[in-house]
Amino acid sequence: MATLEIDSLTKTYGDVRALRGTSFDVRAGEIFGFVGSNGAGKTTTMRIVLGVLAADGGEVRWDGRPIDLAARRRIGYMPEERGLYPRMKVGEQLVYLARLHGLSAAAATDAMERWTTTLGVEARRGDEVQKLSLGNQQRVQLAAALTHDPELLVLDEPFSGLDPVAVDVMSGVLRDRAEAGVPVVFSSHQLDLVERLCDRVGIIKDGAMVEVGTIDELRRTETERWVVDGPPGAGWIGAVPDARAVSLEGSRTVVELTPGAGAAGDGAVDGTSGREQAVLRAALAAGPVHEFSLVRPSLTELYRDVVSAEEKPAAAAAETVEVGA
Amino acid sequence: MSTGTSLTSWGAIRLVASREIMTRLRSKSFVWLTVVLVGAVVLGGFVLNAASSSGPTAERVGVTPQTAPLAEAIEATGSTLGTEVETVDVADDAAGEAQVRDGDLDAVVTGTAGSPTVVVDTELSPGLTAVFTTLAQQTALSDAVADLGGQQTALSDAVADLGGDPAQVAGDIATAEPTVRTIGEPSEFDPTRYVTGLVTGILLFMAIMISGQLIAQGVVEEKTSRVVELLLSTVRPWQLMAGKVLGIGLVGLGQVALVVLAGVGTALGLGLVDTSTIDLGTAAVWALVWFVVGFVSYALLMAGLGALVSRQEDVGAVTTPVTFLMIVPYIVGVSVAPWAPDNPLVVWLSYVPLCSPLLMPVRIALGSAETWEALLALGLSIAVIPVLVWLAAKIYSNAVLRTGARVKLKDALRTT
Repeated sequence: MATLEIDSLTKTYGDVRALRGTSFDVRAGEIFGFVGSNGAGKTTTMRIVLGVLAADGGEVRWDGRPIDLAARRRIGYMPEERGLYPRMKVGEQLVYLARLHGLSAAAATDAMERWTTTLGVEARRGDEVQKLSLGNQQRVQLAAALTHDPELLVLDEPFSGLDPVAVDVMSGVLRDRAEAGVPVVFSSHQLDLVERLCDRVGIIKDGAMVEVGTIDELRRTETERWVVDGPPGAGWIGAVPDARAVSLEGSRTVVELTPGAGAAGDGAVDGTSGREQAVLRAALAAGPVHEFSLVRPSLTELYRDVVSAEEKPAAAAAETVEVGA
Repeated sequence: MSTGTSLTSWGAIRLVASREIMTRLRSKSFVWLTVVLVGAVVLGGFVLNAASSSGPTAERVGVTPQTAPLAEAIEATGSTLGTEVETVDVADDAAGEAQVRDGDLDAVVTGTAGSPTVVVDTELSPGLTAVFTTLAQQTALSDAVADLGGQQTALSDAVADLGGDPAQVAGDIATAEPTVRTIGEPSEFDPTRYVTGLVTGILLFMAIMISGQLIAQGVVEEKTSRVVELLLSTVRPWQLMAGKVLGIGLVGLGQVALVVLAGVGTALGLGLVDTSTIDLGTAAVWALVWFVVGFVSYALLMAGLGALVSRQEDVGAVTTPVTFLMIVPYIVGVSVAPWAPDNPLVVWLSYVPLCSPLLMPVRIALGSAETWEALLALGLSIAVIPVLVWLAAKIYSNAVLRTGARVKLKDALRTT
């Protein structure tokens, strides 16, 4: 299995610079969450990967080589604007699309039967697509992206409009494909879902990536903060060097460790300095402790921080980009 | 885990074409249109047949006082040959000819009873030709006998006995023909050719127009439903367009062939072409050839223009220029050409690509085009197709993924 590399893509629509050197990669077997506000460039990037849009500059590589039509045929794609022939039957449509990806008639029929069953729409094979509910149309759309056993999945907002059960089915399928070694990249505004499902996340803003990394990497903060639910008041904290209380709410105290101060203490693990053990000991000395944990921002909080920085000019740009993206 | 095989361009085109064919063949409106067209052609043949044979009405033949003695023989010969003939007395040759001109009489027998001359407007009907030929033979026979002054018994013996040559007499009789004079303008008007030309013009116009609209609608349907984005991630725009044109074209060709076959079959079955100089087979083959050329030309334009809009409601407006381009040669073909096949407008337009597919087959059916003329027009039309392919592919590729407002033609041509 190969890696999808998106390298310094640029794209301009009229006066609007939709992509300004967008770069990231999606590795074999990982689920990559692609997030950003409306018009930030997610759809434009995906369409360039699929070759339905030409980039002004930059390159998309698959397995180290510039991506071509043969490689693109091996991609499973779910466009932002859902697209199926409304008056064609579900089964025939899926077989047709699979065959356009190079499957034989027999293999295409097998795949259609397998995926309609997996996605729970097997009873609708003989129905025209337009007679299905939107949720079921979405399942058929996903099936269309999967029937040719793609080597790469590119899904533009696959979860929008799905009910919770369908979200679980979709998540399961994506997880399963990734475990089979397929790189999966999808965009979404449902950040809790992205946080739960993705191995890595990229945040795009105004056509450039502002954050790319694993969830843990992104959530790691410069200053370490710990929440202590235990002795009331902040008096006990005074005994600990390089630590101060930043908020106090009933029995919950948030303690911040001064960045870079002091040597790593005992029991240092990934993402922590080990100095927090002194805080815990001080708290325990003052009274019973019910909770002691590292404060980590959620993806939603992170996203807000990143996106709202210089929000005003960005919002104006986002509005105009939306038209073309 | 790679189960995909490489898909060739031809493979992709064939898949797209098969889908188009299946979609058309299953559509009720397509099936009904075909049934109606075939029905109309067959029914038209029967109506034409009934009109041209116009029932068992008697042929009216005028006789002057000089030729009146022949009246009885004419009627008797007619009834023997199964042609009902009614003789009418006219005052003299001039009065008889006037009535022939008016169409009151089918023919008038002038001259003398001994050497009659049959006067007709343009042409003697097949029935009357048989009647007067028989009469002429009888006259030749009785002349031969009269020359020898004998009785009409054991004719050849008698001829030989009397010193005549039986072979010569038999020859005289066989080659005996009625003297026929026409007084009307010799007309080249051939009703069968006229009808064939008209039907060819209408059929080709309808078939090309309908297939062209199907192309435009198909392109817009893929754009409206956004399925085109999914398709173009796996096939190239020109492959998608070529498959569509091929699929709809084959279905259209089948439809036209069926109608042409029904028309030719009806005409031959009812004997509608017996009195005509037309070669129905050639006209039919040319009609099919011109359908293919005309369809491809217009389908390309329709595919390109269809890609400019995103809603079915806009298809009509965006394809109006092409529709107009089709209507001009069509009108000329069905309204001018049958009456004046050598009209310069008809002749010149029949060489112009995009016009020739609608006009040249009409001229061929009317018998006004030489084979080299048809081949020249065909060559010119085919020469233009690569240009149309280039133009359509450019417009289509540039416009088909731009949904929303109508794409301006010049923008679609400019973008690379």
